[in-house]
Amino acid sequence: MKSPVLIAVVVVVLALLAFGLYQALVVAPTEQTMGDVQRIFYYHVPSAWTAFLLFFINLIASIWYLIGRSGDADALAVASAEVGVVFCTVVLITGPIWARPVWGIWWTWDVRLTSTLVLWLIYVSYLMLRRFSTGGQTPLLAAVLAVFGFAVVPFVYLSIRFFRTQHPQPVIGGGGSLDPAMWHAVLWNWLAFLAFAGLLCWLRYNLERKQRGIEETLALEALI
Amino acid sequence: MSAPVVLSEAEVKEVSASPAPTSWKITTASLSKDLWLEWRSKDAINSMIFFALLVVVIFSFSFDPTAEESRQIVGGLIWVSFLFAAIVALNQTWAREIRNQVLDAYRVSPAPPNALFLSKALGNFLFVTVLEAVMAPLFMIFYNLKVLGPAYLLLLIAALGTWALVVNGTFFAAISLRTRSREVMLPLILFPISIPALLAMVEATKIVLTGESAAKFWIVLLAVYDLVFTVVCLTLFETVLNAE
Repeated sequence: MKSPVLIAVVVVVLALLAFGLYQALVVAPTEQTMGDVQRIFYYHVPSAWTAFLLFFINLIASIWYLIGRSGDADALAVASAEVGVVFCTVVLITGPIWARPVWGIWWTWDVRLTSTLVLWLIYVSYLMLRRFSTGGQTPLLAAVLAVFGFAVVPFVYLSIRFFRTQHPQPVIGGGGSLDPAMWHAVLWNWLAFLAFAGLLCWLRYNLERKQRGIEETLALEALI
Repeated sequence: MSAPVVLSEAEVKEVSASPAPTSWKITTASLSKDLWLEWRSKDAINSMIFFALLVVVIFSFSFDPTAEESRQIVGGLIWVSFLFAAIVALNQTWAREIRNQVLDAYRVSPAPPNALFLSKALGNFLFVTVLEAVMAPLFMIFYNLKVLGPAYLLLLIAALGTWALVVNGTFFAAISLRTRSREVMLPLILFPISIPALLAMVEATKIVLTGESAAKFWIVLLAVYDLVFTVVCLTLFETVLNAE
């Protein structure tokens, strides 16, 4: 596993993360009303985008599995779901840390927060199903659940939007404009997080495939 | 032991010439079988009703609301207790078919899988509807409820809401059948997917009880949810039934 390619990739990812940290803490200007607390934004938002992207990859991999029954598709689905849950957890932890000093509350049932939480719940249940299902049906059942999880997203969004119409103005897309230097820091951090998530996914994907290879070999040996 | 039945040539011709039963016929046959079994044993319905009764009593001790407050919270209480109680019936949906390999027999038969799914979902729908018909008056009594909005809407909300819980519940029961500790698994995968439907049922019920505004948005949302997930269930059920 310690191939030169992997070492090079790890070095690049670490460099990107370090550069992103530098951008977020030093280069980006301090926000007028929120002060330095706002800098958590550079981790919060890129994590969210990365998590959503990974969940989307999970859906594609699940559909790919349902159509082609390919073991590689399932390995990709496992990797993207697990890493996605990790990044989604980061979003759900950094959110309240940021909200407490700025909004004065840890949590509110706002549409973005609630949708993210429900998405997290759905994917945790997905991982639980994978853990608890027996035999060779796991990939199929998990892929089916992933399709359900995706189908429910619009309903979650609509219902919570109507349920809680009064929510605090979000920082991006809420009518306010973001300083170009801040955009710069966000996008660099997003790139760094994407690279980091990609690396984790790749490692997890390879691990999953190797594990399957070992299991298949053992099963064959048992037959002979 | 009865003697083996030997068909005459004419009878064989007659049997093979008779048209294959339609999908709907299979659904009703399987449904009536389930209803008969339930009528004889009353396992699901009794345990559901008693469970829901316990939840009602425990909730009313825990909250002790006034009549005004109960209109606000009872939508949530009533649906949460129905959801918990429905899990009891949903968990038993397929258990009966595992014994004697009935499900395997069904799998090799040419009968369409969706006919079986529909019969199970309709059966669960009927069981949960009976539960609601019994429990709703009790809620009215325990919480001193008086409906301030148009009460007939509650029937529509109940029908749509029950179908939302039951169609996904029946499907996920078939999934959790293939897991360790399957009775625990069902709520773990069903609840997250049911959150928007539950929210819609609770809000619509609250709006009708308090008579404050129109529940149209929530009823439409529930109807669309029902439609979408019925289609998704029917599309994927064959895959799950034949999962190896």
